[in-house]
Amino acid sequence: MTKVQITVNGEATAADVEPRLLLAHYLRDTVGLKATNIGCDTTSCGACTVLLDGESVKSCTLLAVQADAQEVTTMEGLSADGEHLHPVAAAFRAEHGLQCGFCTPGMVMATVSLLKENPTPTEREIREGLEGNLCRCTGYHNIVRSVIAASGQDPDTVQGLNGHAETAPSGGVEVAPGFSTGSDS
Amino acid sequence: MIPVGFDYERPDSVDGALALLAERGEDAKILAGGHSLLPVMKLRLAAPELVIDIGRIAELRYIRVDGDEVAIGAGTRHHDLEASAEIAAEVPLLGAVARTVGDPQVRHRGTIGGSLAHADPASDLPAAVLALGGTVVLRSPRGERSVPITDFYTGVFSTVMEPDELVVEIRVPRTGTAGWAYEKFTRRANDWAIVGVAVVDGRVGLVNMGQTPLRASATEAALAGGASIDEAAALAAEGTDPPADLAGTKAYRAHLARVLTKRALTTAQG
Repeated sequence: MTKVQITVNGEATAADVEPRLLLAHYLRDTVGLKATNIGCDTTSCGACTVLLDGESVKSCTLLAVQADAQEVTTMEGLSADGEHLHPVAAAFRAEHGLQCGFCTPGMVMATVSLLKENPTPTEREIREGLEGNLCRCTGYHNIVRSVIAASGQDPDTVQGLNGHAETAPSGGVEVAPGFSTGSDS
Repeated sequence: MIPVGFDYERPDSVDGALALLAERGEDAKILAGGHSLLPVMKLRLAAPELVIDIGRIAELRYIRVDGDEVAIGAGTRHHDLEASAEIAAEVPLLGAVARTVGDPQVRHRGTIGGSLAHADPASDLPAAVLALGGTVVLRSPRGERSVPITDFYTGVFSTVMEPDELVVEIRVPRTGTAGWAYEKFTRRANDWAIVGVAVVDGRVGLVNMGQTPLRASATEAALAGGASIDEAAALAAEGTDPPADLAGTKAYRAHLARVLTKRALTTAQG
């Protein structure tokens, strides 16, 4: 067993843990904070996203011992209370950025990190910035609107009323051209 | 999915990590960002007796211009590369390639040293460093050696590293304004490349076209001999032996290599 001391949502926590304990399980089972969901358990879906020293990470692919002596923020730690929601949480509610809600804590935490690095993202930057978070209800449209609203921008202005980005891919890299034409051209 | 139990050490210096490796290197694995190692440990495809966490060794996390090269600490994270002004100015290919690895959460954790040492031929950064003609600096209690990336890989997940050696630095030439491009073909966001092609200054690195990252030597030779982009790109799959899997056949990957090489060379030409 290894002793860890992790500040979770501003409060000191400590426990003797097996080194193989995942941070997601530490948060849910040792500390008892259940907002952080475990979806795929393979670093794909992003439901377990939390902030580690302010940066988004997937807590299913982190050992609790790796977070020793560091600060973790979960969805529970974001808002003061139900009446005073964090701006990102408030925007997800206002724009109905959720359907079943399973992906929501991860989406919100990923958004907090995204907006810290890029306070006024374009729609494309939001979609790329949330590429590590999957919504199996496929409710992306309102999730993207929520992030636009959380950044202080007007979703109807940024997206256009038809709701589709017109902007070209950012930078010089084509991440996913989508399909091959079948010819060498 | 829970890994098999293991001992855990988190040394706070490279010397501390090397001492642990010297003592138990055969039974130990190095953990940096953990985004290659932990998934295989969770699947129980790897079960090291000791995990040596170098993720917080500050002396391994830096980017600095050093003469004609840029020196990058092995613990430098993908996000550091994509956000670095020095990288953007001196080796723009590397920042752009780093930006295509995984997703933001992965890039906050994954490191360039870990990516290179893991030696997955489907990884982006090894082929980029190969196209750049970079060098991997290894250290052990026996001393330090620099291995050209062209000599670093020996097979899938295999390198020339000895059990007591640690990747401490990656050195790449400053390419400045030389043309570059990275074409990564995936079906879904944050997937590994089915095929990727990194081009810089007339050199071409291939992702997922064989047991190791490869240079498209025939393409490079054709370009050097004055061939057109079309002629050179048609040779991109020469001498490769790409994998066949659910994402594509060998022939499909060879086709992708030619198409993506043409696109990358065209983009790099400006």
